Amino acid sequence: MDILLYLIPIALTLGLAGLVGFLWTLKSNQYEDLEGAAHRILLDDDED
Amino acid sequence: METGTVSTEQAASCCEVATCKHCGVPTEGGATFCCTGCEAAHEAIHRLDEAAAFSLLAHDNDDGSYTLSLGVEGIHCASCIRLIENALLAEDGVVGARVNMSTERLTFSWTNCRERGDALAAVVNKLGYKLHPLNDTEEAAATAEKSLLRAIAVSGFAAGNMMLLSVGLWSTGGETMGMATRDLFHWISALIALPTVLYAGQPFFRSAYSVLKERHTNMDVPISLAVLLACVMSVSETLRHGEHVYFDSAVMLLFFLLIGRYLDARAKGKARESASKLLSRLVGIATVLEDGKITQVPIKELRPGALVMVATGEAVPADGIVEKGGSAIDMSLITGETMPEAVVAGAEVFAGTVNLSAPIQVRVSKASDKSLLSEIVRLLETSEQGRATYVRLADRAAQLYTPVVHAMGALTFIGWWLLMSAPWQVSLLHAVTVLIITCPCALGLAVPVVQVLASGRLMRAGILLKSGDALEKLSKIDTIVFDKTGTLTQGKPSLRSHALGTDDLQIAASMATQSRHPLARALKDAYDGALLTIDVEEVPGKGLRAEHEGAVYQLGSRRWCGEADEPDDNFLELWFSVNGKPAGRLSFSDRLRTDAREVLAKLRSADIELHLLSGDREAVAKDVAAEAGIDIVKAEVTPAEKSQYLAELKAKGNTVMMVGDGLNDAPALAAAHVSMSPSSAMDITQNTADIVFQAEALVPVWQALQIARLSTVLVKQNFALAAIYNIVAIPAAVLGFVTPLVAAVAMSGSSLIVILNAFRLNLRKV
Repeated sequence: MDILLYLIPIALTLGLAGLVGFLWTLKSNQYEDLEGAAHRILLDDDED
Repeated sequence: METGTVSTEQAASCCEVATCKHCGVPTEGGATFCCTGCEAAHEAIHRLDEAAAFSLLAHDNDDGSYTLSLGVEGIHCASCIRLIENALLAEDGVVGARVNMSTERLTFSWTNCRERGDALAAVVNKLGYKLHPLNDTEEAAATAEKSLLRAIAVSGFAAGNMMLLSVGLWSTGGETMGMATRDLFHWISALIALPTVLYAGQPFFRSAYSVLKERHTNMDVPISLAVLLACVMSVSETLRHGEHVYFDSAVMLLFFLLIGRYLDARAKGKARESASKLLSRLVGIATVLEDGKITQVPIKELRPGALVMVATGEAVPADGIVEKGGSAIDMSLITGETMPEAVVAGAEVFAGTVNLSAPIQVRVSKASDKSLLSEIVRLLETSEQGRATYVRLADRAAQLYTPVVHAMGALTFIGWWLLMSAPWQVSLLHAVTVLIITCPCALGLAVPVVQVLASGRLMRAGILLKSGDALEKLSKIDTIVFDKTGTLTQGKPSLRSHALGTDDLQIAASMATQSRHPLARALKDAYDGALLTIDVEEVPGKGLRAEHEGAVYQLGSRRWCGEADEPDDNFLELWFSVNGKPAGRLSFSDRLRTDAREVLAKLRSADIELHLLSGDREAVAKDVAAEAGIDIVKAEVTPAEKSQYLAELKAKGNTVMMVGDGLNDAPALAAAHVSMSPSSAMDITQNTADIVFQAEALVPVWQALQIARLSTVLVKQNFALAAIYNIVAIPAAVLGFVTPLVAAVAMSGSSLIVILNAFRLNLRKV
């Protein structure tokens, strides 16, 4: 059963990474303006 | 303005792409501008525009900078975003500017002094985008939704990971897994569960605490109790090296319930519009002429007797009498009628109406807080306060559920402890299982899932639910009261017939493309041939004049086009003349929505009483009612009488839905049991309505009613399913047969059944 000592931390870390990733996207307001994001991709940022 | 030189030969020159005059983006159908934003920007570029004192609303960031969020109207394309952001960023001291297209708001920050915000707002205004202040409730709702989402993420993560451990625990008995491993699993579960419960359970704990403080109870009390007791119990079991822990049940319970809670919040929050939008029309600045000098005065401070100048395209700031000039006024805000009204010196105009064709000077007769607009808003507020508080089905179920569950848990504890003489730990364990297994998961999901599926389905049909209980209320109605203009009818004139030759019609239509007058637009819409490029001059209050290939053409009023006879019918009309001689008449009328007859017939066959309520003349209203097939008509009613009429119907025992679009309907909408309005309606009217539908057709009224009735049936079925489940599960829990595995299976099983049942909503055709 020693394998559990690796597997459980790995499983938890992966899960935690996903959670942190989601919380980060939420915190950095990535779901705030889904419509605007679709339009902004058309803008040419190099111009200015 | 050089708007006359438009390239409108979309049929002739296919290789020449028309571009937006303002931003240079290729436009569709040879239009001059890509969007109204750019058009307004182009017009406003030379005109000085004053912004209201927005800077007072700015947030002080404590580091010498200020941040301001404002609603912004008219963002349609990527170039609008860039235009606004770049214009602001180019200003000195601006540290950030961001446009949010979904919520139509602009957030920008600057350093220096607070007042600079006004100048920056003016920059955006000058680009032609209207700004308005936001209200705080929207902000708060968005924050609440976000924190729910975070809680879902955390509990979802925890539930998933703990399930990995739990499956291991369930699938092995005491023989295969040693006690040390089992304890390790329990400890890891505890390590994940306890912080999760403390974090993700907060919405429930807070709500439970606040009602307990008021000495009431709600659904959150047993939920909080079950979750907390399950955790405490499981910790003690873990310490005692016990066999069963309920960490996973507690976390899963939270996860399911949070989903239900989030869906509920979304349903409530959708399409939440700010009521302040309308009143923001009265927040601006008026141009006052005093002793030959022009001054800017906040509209709020306008006094009766002041002389204000109203430019073309501007809203009239206060009720008053026209002193100088003549123009056409868009009265739709007040009357719901779309035809502009011609005004001359001496005519009365109202605050909030829009001056369409020429500048006028208005002598203010009432201060802005006494204007007709403010009065209607006040009337609306009184109606809304009078609206009986409706107790939702789910809340009634919760009222019944809570005491029953608590009593059951207490009885189980007492039963095991006293009657069976079990140790108190064991008795408490059984009591806690009862609390967990009666799991309000199914109950918590029963309504929101149906609600979300129903609103999703309605959304695809172009129907927007604005209040959470709209569907439930809608399913109960037995009477519908319709407004006439814009609700039963299309609310805009369309071409009925004309007496022009092909060439004349082409010229008339080409001229019409360059006017914003509703009749000109109707003509343009009705004409589908090739258009000519003609320089057109608009003569205020009269019509359009153009010279083309040596001849002078006029499109406008009867007299102006040289026709002397009086009209012999009630239709709206335009006349066309060539070199001063009348060449023919075009008649227009406001038609019924295309499917109105059919929909009304269906509603009648569903035993719904139909009424027509109109502010229009009796004869016109009767005509429309006869055409649509409505028997009960009341015409020439004021806004106050409309809501009075609704109250009388209610007193007679009818459950009424009001369908209307004008500002004059708003009080009636608020007075009705449930209300609907088309998306072409005024902001405030849409705000008041429970349901908003987008379409040229009237069929959404029928669809919404059908889906509402269906979803109410499904909700009731879901409650029944939850009840059946509890009848089976509770005795098992009371008798102590339930293990964590049984609890988990029962919990997810019942939730799944409820969700699957809700999905039947999508199977039925409407």
